[in-house]
Amino acid sequence: MYTQSFSVSDEPGKPLKPVASTEPVELMARFDARIDADGRIEPQDWMPEAYRKTLVRQISQHAHSEIVGMLPEGNWISRAPSLKRKAILIAKVQDEGGHGLYLYSAAETLGTSRDQMLDGLHSGKAKYSSIFNYPTLSWADVGVIGWLVDGAAIMNQVPLCRCSYGPYARAMVRVCKEESFHQRQGYEALLVMMQGTEEQKAMVQDAVNRYWWKCLAMFGPPDADSPNSVQGMRWGIKRISNDDLRQKFVDATVPQAKVLGVTLPDPDLKWNEERGHHDYGQIDWDEFWQTVNGNGPCNKERLSTRVKAHNDGQWVRDAALAHARKQQQRAMKEAA
Amino acid sequence: MSAALKEWPLWEVFVRSKQGLEHKHCGSLHASDAQHALEMARDVYTRRQEGVSIWVLPSAQITASNPDDKGELFDPAADKIYRHPTFYEIPEAVGHM
Repeated sequence: MYTQSFSVSDEPGKPLKPVASTEPVELMARFDARIDADGRIEPQDWMPEAYRKTLVRQISQHAHSEIVGMLPEGNWISRAPSLKRKAILIAKVQDEGGHGLYLYSAAETLGTSRDQMLDGLHSGKAKYSSIFNYPTLSWADVGVIGWLVDGAAIMNQVPLCRCSYGPYARAMVRVCKEESFHQRQGYEALLVMMQGTEEQKAMVQDAVNRYWWKCLAMFGPPDADSPNSVQGMRWGIKRISNDDLRQKFVDATVPQAKVLGVTLPDPDLKWNEERGHHDYGQIDWDEFWQTVNGNGPCNKERLSTRVKAHNDGQWVRDAALAHARKQQQRAMKEAA
Repeated sequence: MSAALKEWPLWEVFVRSKQGLEHKHCGSLHASDAQHALEMARDVYTRRQEGVSIWVLPSAQITASNPDDKGELFDPAADKIYRHPTFYEIPEAVGHM
């Protein structure tokens, strides 16, 4: 589903370090040549340490975002307005869990373990997408998350299918196939609400008002303030810049909002004939960084829910292992 | 399986998308044993009828060729162009062969 479309340092206040050039020259040259030829890097191939680290951080943050992203929507499963919507929402939340798994698996091919990554998340050290630190106040929020949050994620994830690291790219192909259902179900749920009462229409508009700017911020800081993007682009991890992705998202969303009958909450949003794109207003980056750095409205709640779920599941993991051991011992005894 | 094992081991998953096609590698997952891995694979990789059959095997059981040996391993085939049908010129009158 969703990632921060840029790599943030997991340690607040510590910017990502520039790449040290201590790698063997010959191996480095071969690696660069393959990247330049738009080739793919596979797990067993030699790669510079900084490339490996960047990928581990980005893919694990992406995986964390998928499983934390299950929480705000999971909140609404028991309160969905009909059995149909409930079944759809369960399927979507299950997909997000699956996306997390594809991504954790991809990160594991780089030599990190699942436990290490989960420790990073649960200790609060690792980042995940800031969008999930906002509350889902009404049923319309669930629709808006599908339409706008997943819509923004698709913009970001489609180019990742061409990422230079093979396992990440393949995981993204799988994710993108499923993502289209997520966006469409959200948009359709909103269409239905917009045919309802004045109160229901107002709920949709309110949800759009609360989520619009946060979705624009999901694409990351402006290109001028994203020094790490350059390295990511050089390595073929990132294919399209933050601002270009954001512009694509705005241009794609404006006509969808019109059909839906909602207003996007930006007085500066208008078509620019000369550029052939929509102009839009200033994003509140201070608020964005506050949330990324742990001070959003739901950071604590999300993390504690996640940790509790993991701890509550410990006995299941233990029991499965005990069962497997017992089966194995029984098989050995029978063979003897 | 060692007693010290804390994480469920890693399994590779292969799915046959329809009868008559080969099983294709589609990803990996952690599971406590083979049966468990099959059940997890069903939930993770075939939620939309993507398969009719699943294989799982422990990732540790895979022996892979070394990418550094790619040159010596695959190069000898490059100069044996007579192994391809296009190497041979057949008169047009013969038609498709």
